[in-house]
Amino acid sequence: MQEQSLSHPETAGRDVRTGPSPGRYTLRRLLRSRSAIVGGVLLVAIALTAILAPIISPYNPIKTNQRVPLESPSPGHLMGTDRFGRDIFTRVLWGGRISLLVGLVSVGIAAFTGVTLGLVAGYYGGRTDTLIMRFVDILLAFPGILLALAVIATLGSNLRNLMIAVGIAAIPDYVRIMRGTVLSLKEREFVLAARVVGCRDLSIIFKHIFPNTMAPLTVLATLRIAGAIITGATLSFLGLGIQPPTPEWGNMLAEGRGFLEHAWWVALFPGLAIMGAVFAINLLGDGLRDVLDPRLRL
Amino acid sequence: MLASFIAQRLLQLIPVLIGISVLTFLMLHLVPGDPVSIFAGDKPLTEERAAVLRHELGLDRPLWVQYFDYASHVVRGDLGRALRNQRPVLDSIIEVLPGTVQLTLAALTLAVLTGVTAGVVAALAHGTWLDTAAMAFAILGVSMPVFYSSLLMILLFSFTLGWLPATGQGGIERLIMPALALGFISSALLARLVRSGMLEVLSQEYVVTARAKGLARRVVILRHALKNALIPVITMIGLQLGALLGGAVVTETIFSRPGVGRLAVDAILSRDFPLVQGTVLFGATAYVLVNLAIDALYTLVDPRIRYS
Repeated sequence: MQEQSLSHPETAGRDVRTGPSPGRYTLRRLLRSRSAIVGGVLLVAIALTAILAPIISPYNPIKTNQRVPLESPSPGHLMGTDRFGRDIFTRVLWGGRISLLVGLVSVGIAAFTGVTLGLVAGYYGGRTDTLIMRFVDILLAFPGILLALAVIATLGSNLRNLMIAVGIAAIPDYVRIMRGTVLSLKEREFVLAARVVGCRDLSIIFKHIFPNTMAPLTVLATLRIAGAIITGATLSFLGLGIQPPTPEWGNMLAEGRGFLEHAWWVALFPGLAIMGAVFAINLLGDGLRDVLDPRLRL
Repeated sequence: MLASFIAQRLLQLIPVLIGISVLTFLMLHLVPGDPVSIFAGDKPLTEERAAVLRHELGLDRPLWVQYFDYASHVVRGDLGRALRNQRPVLDSIIEVLPGTVQLTLAALTLAVLTGVTAGVVAALAHGTWLDTAAMAFAILGVSMPVFYSSLLMILLFSFTLGWLPATGQGGIERLIMPALALGFISSALLARLVRSGMLEVLSQEYVVTARAKGLARRVVILRHALKNALIPVITMIGLQLGALLGGAVVTETIFSRPGVGRLAVDAILSRDFPLVQGTVLFGATAYVLVNLAIDALYTLVDPRIRYS
């Protein structure tokens, strides 16, 4: 069944069979957004260097080399070395694997849980809606990182728990956005038509409503990856996430904190990596929002 | 009118506050393994000792009985005692609270001053290099984690220029850097919001009319445009307070300032569970109440909003 996307007011009423497909249309507009292109290219570059870290990194990220501790940046060590003589460039590349993974997986956890709850709350309404939204109110009562801290305090600190903690803290946003979108969609004619021809609830939710929520969902998920990377790195920085010697941008910065006065490079480069990744994702997210859902306030 | 609104909202808050207390209570029981082990200290936990401790702590009672016991203590202001020094948790929180309040308010003030100024300047200079510079500052702000801006400031102002002390509490010179670092992200978000709000308002008919009847540009901007563009800013301030309270966790740790955030991190690192529960419960409750106060502020700024 052909449905008009909520997010393309310009295409509303146009016969989609004669125009470009929504995907191609979106891509074409996205390619015209300078911020989306710069953000996208930067993000792909950062992701590629992280993925290819085992191939392109010049040194071992964990093996210490006491002959070159705290060496300043040089052609041999582009970003210098840390107190154990480990190459910071290598550790930044490897650290990206974990920081990006934390961002992606935690957003996945938040999106899956939040979307399911939002769809159910919005579609069924009534008591189910009240129950879910009260639960969300309680989660919202915890300011940002406090909820993640509480989860880490309860479950303990390791990679899995870090992703769960960051993910849980991000759930409320998805529930609210999804519920709002579903509430406006479920009164639309194509949903009523599906109901009239006898479609089951699950089929209506997943086949008819869910595909139309993809625009706000994509924008939200993209922008929230940036937030998740920062929260994950913050927890590791505080000693509550990924523990050294495993390289992760947040714990590398924490290690560099003690040497700030005499070896600034130990903290500077992991921080630049976090900023670069977050900056790229924010640019891409802003571009995606302008194209997909300009009215979305995030 | 306002009083009845606040009373009504306080009533609505009751289920949320109960939910917060249930979650913080359950934290202890969701810890992997036996919750008794948290209270055992350094001594080895034998079966007999575990049984004795469990009975002493009341952990052998049904869960709901334990919750009501916990909740009845909480409403009386008893958040338990810290494991490390046996001090009442609430006393430890109240002792460091002024530091967090001072830091959060200073950060918020700086964020509002710089964010609103940058947003107004960018909107008035729409399309010029000033607009581009203000928005570059804004996107830099939202991309920079608090701990990184804090470290960069320490590197610049303490180690390189020697202007400000890097750590500690007391005196305005020790408040400037933490407040700037903490307020930077909020300032950037506010700048973006004020800019788009001002651009929208400046094209409204009443602003054009005000200009046409010969009012001074300053009066039109401050009294007609900015006042209306500030309404969403108040919502944002409410949301940002949560971010600032969370950010205080990091800032207090980096600048070695006593505060509720640092107390929470230290408690988690030393596995002092009553203190963790207490700080989490306190943080969430304070956040909810502050947001209620901000909702009430709407009536003062926007008389069109009537609460019924």
